[in-house]
Amino acid sequence: MDFELDDEQAALRDAVRGLLKGYDPATNSEHRRKVTATDPGYDEALWARLAEMGLLGLPFAEADGGMGAGPVEVALVAEEIGRVLAPEPYVAAVALAGGVVAALGSDEQRAQILGEVSSGERLLAFASGQVAEPVIQGARADTIVWEVGGEVFLVDRPAGATAYRTHEGGRAARLEFDRSAATPLGSGGDAREALAAVVARARIVACHEALGAMDTALRLTTSYLTTRQQFGVTLNRFQALTFRAADMYTDLELTRSIVTWATLVAADGDADALQDASARAKLQTVRAARRIGQEAIQLHGGIGVTDEFSIGHFTSRLTALSHWLGDARDQVAALSAGIGDHGVLDPLD
Amino acid sequence: MRLRLTQEEAAFREEMRTFFTTEIPEDVRESVRTGRHIGKDGFVRTMRAMNAAGIAVPNWPLEWGGKDWTPLQKHLWHEEMQLACVPPPLAFNAGMIGPVIAHFGTQEMKERFLPATANLDIWWAQGFSEPNAGSDLASLTTRAERDGDDWIVNGQKTWTTLGQHADWMFCLCRTDPEVKKQAGISMLLFPMDSPGVTLRPIELLDGTFEVNEVFFDNVRVPGENLVGEANQGWTQAKFLLGNERVGVAPVGATKRALATAKDHAKETGALDDPLTAARFVELENALLALELTALRVVANSSDGKPHPASSVLKLKGSELQQEVTELLVDLAGPLSLASGSTTVPEWAAHTVPTYLNFRKASIYGGSNEIQRQIIAGTILGL
Ligand SMILES: Cc1cc2nc3c(=O)[nH]c(=O)nc-3n(C[C@H](O)[C@H](O)[C@H](O)COP(=O)(O)OP(=O)(O)OC[C@H]3O[C@@H](n4cnc5c(N)ncnc54)[C@H](O)[C@@H]3O)c2cc1C
Repeated sequence: MDFELDDEQAALRDAVRGLLKGYDPATNSEHRRKVTATDPGYDEALWARLAEMGLLGLPFAEADGGMGAGPVEVALVAEEIGRVLAPEPYVAAVALAGGVVAALGSDEQRAQILGEVSSGERLLAFASGQVAEPVIQGARADTIVWEVGGEVFLVDRPAGATAYRTHEGGRAARLEFDRSAATPLGSGGDAREALAAVVARARIVACHEALGAMDTALRLTTSYLTTRQQFGVTLNRFQALTFRAADMYTDLELTRSIVTWATLVAADGDADALQDASARAKLQTVRAARRIGQEAIQLHGGIGVTDEFSIGHFTSRLTALSHWLGDARDQVAALSAGIGDHGVLDPLD
Repeated sequence: MRLRLTQEEAAFREEMRTFFTTEIPEDVRESVRTGRHIGKDGFVRTMRAMNAAGIAVPNWPLEWGGKDWTPLQKHLWHEEMQLACVPPPLAFNAGMIGPVIAHFGTQEMKERFLPATANLDIWWAQGFSEPNAGSDLASLTTRAERDGDDWIVNGQKTWTTLGQHADWMFCLCRTDPEVKKQAGISMLLFPMDSPGVTLRPIELLDGTFEVNEVFFDNVRVPGENLVGEANQGWTQAKFLLGNERVGVAPVGATKRALATAKDHAKETGALDDPLTAARFVELENALLALELTALRVVANSSDGKPHPASSVLKLKGSELQQEVTELLVDLAGPLSLASGSTTVPEWAAHTVPTYLNFRKASIYGGSNEIQRQIIAGTILGL
């Protein structure tokens, strides 16, 4: 077992980090506010640069215009996005909606759609149900990958989209679908099993985004504790505060372990193991995200609840990620169903 | 990145599993399985069986019986042992004084003590804590004064675990009261039956006797029983306490306890209750995250230095260990009150004594507050 990035992966991480530098809350807390203030809520020029770097096609086969990279690479992009709270809809559009097309699309559909996703020309959104809400970037997306009753279709952006801003600065919409305007994805028919696998993969990728966000939330908090003064000393002199930071670190590291492990399980390919690992990673992520998000604000005091200071945005984003692609209750329910099937749990088997 | 064990690692694990499930006395494993206390004899037979197979002290230098195992192999050794209900080699011997003597002792001292220590022919007691020196260990006041070549020891230790079984003690003593407190401490070795040593048992909440007070009244210790040099004791103590990289968190034992709890919950039907099932799910998941963290720490500790994240393992490991004992009490419900009964299921009668006993886990070996202090200070820079 080995959890370290290899040299190529580390180079990819550094390149992505460089590209997203503009959002770094430590050096430029205004940029994200500016970008999210106007539609579409993310930086389309940056999106184009992500495409140039091949990141938008990272998980897709080279034959489909992608890079053919694995879950580890996709995960580290998501983690960097989370680290600076970049509002670009990478996980929703590429890992989730793109993932569904990659799993189910016909040769032509994959080549055309994923080629255009990779080049940044086409934005995808994933929607579920006759009336779907909230669909991330549902009003801006060029094509909706639409699931209804276990079948999946491609739909041009529906006319009746009601768009709005979400609490963490993102964009979502309510979409109503008309089946007559829908083209089946691939051969059509019941696609539940394949969908569940794509969602499980995307869930793990989203956990990496949350992991990046938690890492920065803790960093911002410890840096605040060592600079903010009250009672004539910096706040890190108060053990009541530093101990809470230590607990945040413990939560963060346990989450890093389980989420990284889940990505390795995803890369390994077994379908049942993937479902199980994604539920486990998500459950731990949600638990940690709530504690870290709340403590990060509390340890900042009043400015923690202002919109101007970035720490609260991390809590907002973590809350959004915690309730997207299944929340803790869903994961507990899924894992409860199998709790009696095994004695000790063995991640090395 | 790699998910699976290599073929060699998997084979090693299998070898350990086979050994622990076939070569360790079954009565000892059964006692551990049912949560009974095992006596001195159980520890001794177990450690000797391991030593005969050459796997009692893998962390020691090769020439004294250690193994050139990778950190992951050591981790697997330790996990398989716990999963098989095998009591680990006595920590005072295998994890504490053995490595200290091997590192700081003279050749003569090594020959005299190490083989007997590995075979549990000598049972060691750890004489560190005192009534007024707990977390602040360096403030200890037990004195050792020179008398010719000998040392004369006066003072008191406390919390001495299983001191009633001990043949010898390694004891931190103040040998120079004039200097900074850390700089005036030395480590002495002496038999527990030396004239002037008095042991008084301390009864714990669960009615057991696993710790003691030890009083020293002019105990004479020959000069050759000083470990290393005089006033080097603090360095040795830090070496000893930082020596454990593998097995900081009792992951395997806690996993096994949780699996056993699950069996009970199945028998009683409690596992069909969604609230109970959810508690198992949450605990099992936290334990998985802990185990994976232990594996990460193990994989990164090949440079031989203690990983600062060891504190995370100790902190979270003891919390989860305690949470499993809580869960068991709740599963026993009203039967948990029947701790003196011989008619209720044995596991249920054991739950509260075990729960109370294991409050110790977040106190000894550096309390959880001290672990938080280390995380905040050395990792987070606070
Ligand atoms: C069952 C058991 C077995 C033991 N076995 C041995 C043994 O074999 N040999 C041996 O030498 N010792 C042994 N110990 C002693 C153990 O190491 C001490 O109990 C431990 O170091 C804590 O010291 P204390 O009990 O004096 O508590 P104190 O140090 O007095 O602590 C009291 C409380 O204050 C907290 N605290 C202390 N300092 C700080 C600080 N700086 N910041 C924040 N909080 C702080 C502690 O965490 C604790 O909650 C054992 C203890 C137990 C319970």
